[in-house]
Amino acid sequence: MNTSVAQPVKRFHPGFWTTVFGLVFIPFCIVTVLRFYKGLGAVTHLSDKFPWGLWIGFDLLCGVGLAAGAFTLTAVVHLFNLKKFEPIVRPTILTGFLGYIFVITALMFDLGQPWRIWHAIVYWNPHSVMFEVAWCVMLYTTILAVEFAPVVLERFGFQTPVRIIHALITPLVIVGVLLSTLHQSSLGSLYLIVPSKLHPLWYSQLLPLFFFISAIGAGIGMVILESYLSKRAFGRQLEMDLLEPLARAMVVALGIYGLLRLQAIGRNHAFSAITDFTYEGRMFLVEFVLGVLLPVVMLSFRRLRTNPRWLVTGSFLAVLGFVVNRLNVSITGMEGAAGVRYVPSLAEIIISVGLVGFGMVAFALAVRYLKIFPEHPAVTEGGPEGS
Amino acid sequence: MTVGLLFDATRCIGCGACASACKEQNKLPGPVEEETSAYTWTTVKPVGDIYSRRLCMHCLVPTCASVCPVGALHKTPEGPVVYDAEKCMGCRYCMMACPFDVPKYQWDRAVPIIGKCIMCTSRVKKGEPTACAAACPAEATIFGSRADLIREAKDRIRKNPTGYVDHIYGLTEAGGTSVLMLSNQPFEKLGLKTNLPSEPPAMRTWQVLSNIPDFVAVWGVFLYGVHWITARREVVSTHTPQQKGPNTTDDTHTGSRS
Repeated sequence: MNTSVAQPVKRFHPGFWTTVFGLVFIPFCIVTVLRFYKGLGAVTHLSDKFPWGLWIGFDLLCGVGLAAGAFTLTAVVHLFNLKKFEPIVRPTILTGFLGYIFVITALMFDLGQPWRIWHAIVYWNPHSVMFEVAWCVMLYTTILAVEFAPVVLERFGFQTPVRIIHALITPLVIVGVLLSTLHQSSLGSLYLIVPSKLHPLWYSQLLPLFFFISAIGAGIGMVILESYLSKRAFGRQLEMDLLEPLARAMVVALGIYGLLRLQAIGRNHAFSAITDFTYEGRMFLVEFVLGVLLPVVMLSFRRLRTNPRWLVTGSFLAVLGFVVNRLNVSITGMEGAAGVRYVPSLAEIIISVGLVGFGMVAFALAVRYLKIFPEHPAVTEGGPEGS
Repeated sequence: MTVGLLFDATRCIGCGACASACKEQNKLPGPVEEETSAYTWTTVKPVGDIYSRRLCMHCLVPTCASVCPVGALHKTPEGPVVYDAEKCMGCRYCMMACPFDVPKYQWDRAVPIIGKCIMCTSRVKKGEPTACAAACPAEATIFGSRADLIREAKDRIRKNPTGYVDHIYGLTEAGGTSVLMLSNQPFEKLGLKTNLPSEPPAMRTWQVLSNIPDFVAVWGVFLYGVHWITARREVVSTHTPQQKGPNTTDDTHTGSRS
């Protein structure tokens, strides 16, 4: 890769992640071919007893959830009018957009006949949560694309469409927030149908609400984490004045979420699963202590919140706990009723890791060639970007 | 009038004629397997001194039909819950959601579809009994209208109260099913789920989904209201007389809305 040499000379050394990505890419291609020639059974550990695995639990549920920063921040900036957060809106929308592309690509692997995905547009069943999910994915991906379009368009000097999108930004953001609210919660609603199968530690009539609130918490965590990662990768400053209040919002979201979860477990009389330290109880503790208790307690202290290291650690835990929660709902909590243990196959992991890798590469390329992050305050190049 | 099947575990002799007849009727490949699969839609298995039969229960309010995003599954007026393979895109939500774990998938195929008992819907439409009921030599599985079958089942329990568990499986399970079962052993021993709510699971999602139009209206108006208030507040604050000095103009983003 030869980039323009405007910056101080940086020699190209394949970092850890670049190497990992390179190593995953070839098996990724092999698995892809096998999956489409031999069928799902040949590459996955899915079975009649366990029809949904890692590709739903991680790729779909977490991909959508971790993209929640996009609707949260667009709402904060454009609806709540807190303009100071504007500088981090673009990377967040980019993450959201890539997250949704990630989800759609993963669905192409997971669906038995992905070439029929358009059936969801033609054959309607409004009684199905999956129908709602399908429409939310389609529509919100479109909204994200439109919200992100100005970044690409301005790069090539198309001013008129940019102006049109700017003029329509309020309705766009409102529709985006509406669709996100529906989509995040509908992923929880997917599991309302299995009261006899999902473990009482996770089943609740409030699942849609849980999925929505926890997505806001983890979505904010992702924004912070991403700022940190791009700081490391591109030598940028961590915008502490913006991230600290975001962390406060995350504490509030996770706090409400944690209390509601405990209430729901109480209502299901399921605390015994935790005190008996069963398999489900242990997995719940991992999720709850890592993803809710620790981040809420840590980031409640102003001193820790304003320290980049603690802030990033807390956010990382929140995101990690979120991922464990989604895997618990989709896998751990369903194993008891299925009567089998499900451990994803290597091929399933390769596809998931590979897709995350593609997402990270796309993010890095976008940051390099488009104006994603605000310029350094110090490096004011008298550019044409006046407004 | 909807039809159904009544399986009486105390009468079953475990010959497996039903499973073979099913294979033949539905042109399913391979031998009858131990467990139901995409290619074996019904099985008979010994449980202690009786036999347990598994097949689609044909719910009165089928969970599979409610969750299918493309409506590939539906309940016919006659009673069978049928599957349209041409619509199915393979999301497998029906498998996940079915309280009886009935739909199975063709994991070994590159172009897979769901497989499940369809209560010989073509035969039923013609007024004939299902292949399994017609093949049963012991009348352990009988075919008839659901109302008649319930009457018959109650009759058998009343005439022989010590010979049966006092429960008709399928009368209320998951909102009731077209297939009913009788046994002299607890039903969980037959491998049947006994923790099912008597309300159809589909109602739980519908409670949420039916509220979406209202929710969209309220949430949408609320969000616009928030925007309206904050935008208005900004306009007002820029027109207050205190801020005359040019030093307070914000430097980076002027928003330029109007």
